[in-house]
Amino acid sequence: MTVPAPCSASSEAVLQISDLNVAFRAGSGWLPVVRGIDMSVERGRVLVLLGESGSGKSVTLRAVVGLLQQEGARVSGQVKVEGDDVTAMSQREVLELRGKRVGFIFQEPMTALDPVFRIGEQIAETIVRHRGATWKEAQARAKQLFDLVQIPSAERRLRAYPSELSGGLRQRAMIAMAMSCEPQLLLADEPTTALDATVQIQVLLLLREIQKELGTAMVFVTHDLGVAAEIADDVAVMYAGRIVEKGSAEQVLLASRHPYTQALTSCVVRGSYRDLALGELSGSPPDLSQLPPGCSFAPRCSQRVDECGRVDPLGSECHPRHMVSCVKVEAYAGL
Amino acid sequence: MSVDLARLQAPLLQIPDRGGPAQPLLIAKGLRKWFSLSDGLFGSRTVVRAVDDLSLTVRKGETVGIVGESGCGKSTAARLISGITPADSGEVILDGKTFWAPRTRIGAEGRRAIQMVFQDSASSLNPRMTVTETIAFGPRAHGVSSAKAHSYALDLLAAVGLPPARFAERFPVQLSGGQRQRVNIARAIAMRPRLLVLDEPVSALDKSVEAQVLNLLVRMRQELGLSYLFISHDLNVVRYISDRVVVMYLGQVVEEASSDALFAAPRHPYTQALFASKPSLDPRTRVAAAPLSGDPPDPVNPPSGCRFRTRCPIAEAICAATKPPLDPVPSGDDDHKVACWAQVPGSGHTRAPAAVGALQ
Repeated sequence: MTVPAPCSASSEAVLQISDLNVAFRAGSGWLPVVRGIDMSVERGRVLVLLGESGSGKSVTLRAVVGLLQQEGARVSGQVKVEGDDVTAMSQREVLELRGKRVGFIFQEPMTALDPVFRIGEQIAETIVRHRGATWKEAQARAKQLFDLVQIPSAERRLRAYPSELSGGLRQRAMIAMAMSCEPQLLLADEPTTALDATVQIQVLLLLREIQKELGTAMVFVTHDLGVAAEIADDVAVMYAGRIVEKGSAEQVLLASRHPYTQALTSCVVRGSYRDLALGELSGSPPDLSQLPPGCSFAPRCSQRVDECGRVDPLGSECHPRHMVSCVKVEAYAGL
Repeated sequence: MSVDLARLQAPLLQIPDRGGPAQPLLIAKGLRKWFSLSDGLFGSRTVVRAVDDLSLTVRKGETVGIVGESGCGKSTAARLISGITPADSGEVILDGKTFWAPRTRIGAEGRRAIQMVFQDSASSLNPRMTVTETIAFGPRAHGVSSAKAHSYALDLLAAVGLPPARFAERFPVQLSGGQRQRVNIARAIAMRPRLLVLDEPVSALDKSVEAQVLNLLVRMRQELGLSYLFISHDLNVVRYISDRVVVMYLGQVVEEASSDALFAAPRHPYTQALFASKPSLDPRTRVAAAPLSGDPPDPVNPPSGCRFRTRCPIAEAICAATKPPLDPVPSGDDDHKVACWAQVPGSGHTRAPAAVGALQ
């Protein structure tokens, strides 16, 4: 759908997604959830997928680890992790990929960790499975990992069950598990949303530190602009299964061009302007089974022109590496 | 959308004002709630000190925000104040008259006067009632005829931005989260309350919808002259909507001040850390270091003395020994109260200001 930006197509890309489409079965038909996404993440960089619920950001993440086919979804397009296409992999190859080359951090560690095994055993199991280490080596490695994610009294915590740890410690343990095989790519699905404010910032800073230190590429899904501003190198904004704007964190968060991103940033309650009406986005996201013709955001857009109801905007660069899918912006830039 | 709420023909009468404008609408005094948990069949009993000696005041027309992290007792506080959960001890006074005290019943008028909106918009609505039935239910229970209650419910739906032609006959599952929260708000104001207790009303909503609901709440406050007790963990939201803010930590109030004063100069080390933990919204000015380490401790065994001392960067011996009182700050207005030994003159804390008593 888009011409990939020349620099992002370099061989350094750890993750390269092109024209990814995902549809789920809904009644007798198919519901398009992700509609033609292109993106790439290079080594050592953090891409934040920003969007509201139902925009397709978590589904995109799950496509990277091949979790969708099992759920009966229809997936097309390419998802390349270090050059290997995940969509073409056998079940066995996908199992090798998960945990070893790609680490995953979920929003709710309580449901992602097994409640009947000790945390240390769960981490060691991953290392034994993917690294062929002995149980003893794996346990020692688990201890190192707990030090890496700054869990105090690591020995005791490794012997604990998930329910015995606080939310912040559980999420740190989850990060330790995701990093256990030193993956090239780390996927994080709202990892700090369930945490308290004073704990959220600790976990964000920890992730940022580990990721920069080890040079891991990371895709980070969130709906929170503040969290995005803290961690992102690049930001891609999703709406109704599409990326509508993509660029560096500063381009997207401070100088956004797409009307949806602009509305989203103006909705954020900043506290200072008390009692002034907040910027509002009227209506709600479209029903994916009955998408309007043309631009999906047009019915809610305050800058709509007639053309928006007819033309589905393709993304185009308004600045180097700053991509926007909007008819108006494209006309502006004289493209 | 812009139906003036004050012009609606409400079937329930306005609850008359008793104490005049100077009488606070709500005074809660010394509320305490300990939940006891038993550890299995033969286990020892443990006590969660959810709320310990909570006092707060809401003036007429004022919005008071309560902030704190999970487990700090803010939701329990909301339930104690609205009388849903009976407190172990303490008292709630509504417009000069006892609203709740141990072993008393809340009268019909009292039940109407304080209404609540909960965080989970789905589980707080009856899935088998249409939204109109839900909104009409309260007034009917208070003696309004079905027909009148029904037509009032339709008016309210329109007033909260849900055109009755499209929404009146819908069930909760046919609505989005933001729409359901509007129904919850309409149901609360159908009783013509004086105080709305809002427990994290926008926390489960997307940002664009959060803004819609907050705008509705601000408009309702202006048109109906309501007072709010607004509970949230989101500092930006609380600052946006509140006149005064109460900060809670592990079941106790640690600081209380006008919104402006608190956000301009927080005094309690916990409040300062909470503010410093807020993501910046600007990728150029990121938070450099986490202000606190670790999670809040378990409310089952709260630390002795000041409950924040185990995470506090300036804790000293006195903090472990005795609980600091919630007193007005030494150099400031009387409305700004803080519970920290470092703010009490002559407390023995090395950062405490010099005692002024010696001069008198």
